Amino acid sequence: MEKMKVDLAVIGGGPAGMAAALEAKRQGVEKVVIIERDKKLGGILQQCIHDGFGLHRFGERLAGTEYAQRFIDQVKETDIQVFLETMVIEMTADREIYACGKKHGMLHISCGAIVEAMGCRERTASQVSLYGKRPAGVYTAGSVQRFINMEGYLPGKEAVILGSGDIGLIMARRMTLEGIHVKGVYEVMSSPGGLTRNIVQCLDDYDIPLTLSATVNEIHGKERIEGVTIAKLDENRNVIEGTEEYVSCDLLVLAVGLIPENELSKGAGITLDGKTKGPVLDENFMTDVPGIYAAGNVSVVYDLVDYVSQSGEIAARGAASYLKGEGSAGKEWNHVAAGENVNFVVPSKVSQGDKEKVSFFLRVTKPLKKSKVEVMQNGVVLASKQIMHGAPPEMVAIDSPVSGEGTITVCVREV
Amino acid sequence: MAEYTCIVCPLSCQLAVSEENGEVVVKGNGCKRGEAHGKNEYLNPMRMITSTVVIANREEKRLAVISRGEVPKKMVPECLEEIYRTAVEAPVSCGDVIIKDVCHTGVDIVSTVTIE
Repeated sequence: MEKMKVDLAVIGGGPAGMAAALEAKRQGVEKVVIIERDKKLGGILQQCIHDGFGLHRFGERLAGTEYAQRFIDQVKETDIQVFLETMVIEMTADREIYACGKKHGMLHISCGAIVEAMGCRERTASQVSLYGKRPAGVYTAGSVQRFINMEGYLPGKEAVILGSGDIGLIMARRMTLEGIHVKGVYEVMSSPGGLTRNIVQCLDDYDIPLTLSATVNEIHGKERIEGVTIAKLDENRNVIEGTEEYVSCDLLVLAVGLIPENELSKGAGITLDGKTKGPVLDENFMTDVPGIYAAGNVSVVYDLVDYVSQSGEIAARGAASYLKGEGSAGKEWNHVAAGENVNFVVPSKVSQGDKEKVSFFLRVTKPLKKSKVEVMQNGVVLASKQIMHGAPPEMVAIDSPVSGEGTITVCVREV
Repeated sequence: MAEYTCIVCPLSCQLAVSEENGEVVVKGNGCKRGEAHGKNEYLNPMRMITSTVVIANREEKRLAVISRGEVPKKMVPECLEEIYRTAVEAPVSCGDVIIKDVCHTGVDIVSTVTIE
């Protein structure tokens, strides 16, 4: 087994991992490695060929692949060592990483600090209670995206999409442009899961029907899927009898949500947050295991890649200060509470002491009109900003100075 | 009359666009940008194109491409046909022109990735 010692290991070479590694170099961290299981850097952006990425960061509407390429080019200009086709199989709380890959065989890396950037995973059929037969032709939206955009395969001719999250909507358009007849998008909830602009640009533009409060009740077909039974749901999400309808298709695309991929975190004994499904984090995006940080979709599922990159940079600055013996490890915490209309806030704790700027990311619980976002502590408003509109799928970011002791509360109120 | 959901910002105003006395009138918009969007959608809707072309000589099978600017919506199918007919060979750099002036729209189709 090859042994090596590094200052910082970044697990995952997607947008969070690349941003973290680059920021670590800018902070003067010497030996930085990225461990990536795929053949190339870029992560999921490799298959996101649609545009709309990087509006915040670059002020341009880039394709996902273009956004990734900008970071890949920067990584190449540094001495960051990149292990491709290398998979981390274990990470310990004292920051030992065991990985394996074609080129290097087994690797044992002792790390000064670690940034986890493993991204997230799609929910599968069994996770949304789609039971019964398992014919070919039932795929997650991300798999279909990879088949079409990277491998050059069309996985079907007539498709039904379950779930109206952004990936489902993007794939509805993509499949239509590739000649697949998309018969409809069905959403369990009573409101769409994705952004309105994606409903307009991906469904309305191609006359693809969206049915709310409806689900796939049964999958038909033995070897290959032949069709699905669609049923309407009541407000308790129970099937309304008599509303079942058969729709023929040879492809069922599941766009039913994403879950941060935290198997390695669990192995290291890192505490996870029940709401975000990512590690419990402080203002430097450090987990509750000192020296191990989390960035991007492994920490919480973001809606914009710009935020993913930003979180990578926050984690890298945290890791750089940890390596200097500074940082938040071992300090007392102020709890961060989700106030009115807020579902969760990341980070959920902030180390005590004066800080010029802490970035908070939050999601609201329900659609809101013009609102004020406020960060409060001990009855004092530390920062506030106005948003024209709030919706559960859209993350809200706010920077705030923090000082002293006392719970920090973030709330969103209509004005 | 035509109806659109405005996508200029997340407010999603419902626009109603009609012609009155030979002039295009937008109603339901909350701002000037929404008015312009409604007029454009009515008179000459434009769209970005993102797709892939064949890459012949590498392990990668497809090269992701994008239009360097918007093309008229009605030209999208024709442009896609030309993109589907195209095959390229590596090396290719991000930003390289893959199809110049696609279907005489004045817009180039460029690569969005670098394949060495």
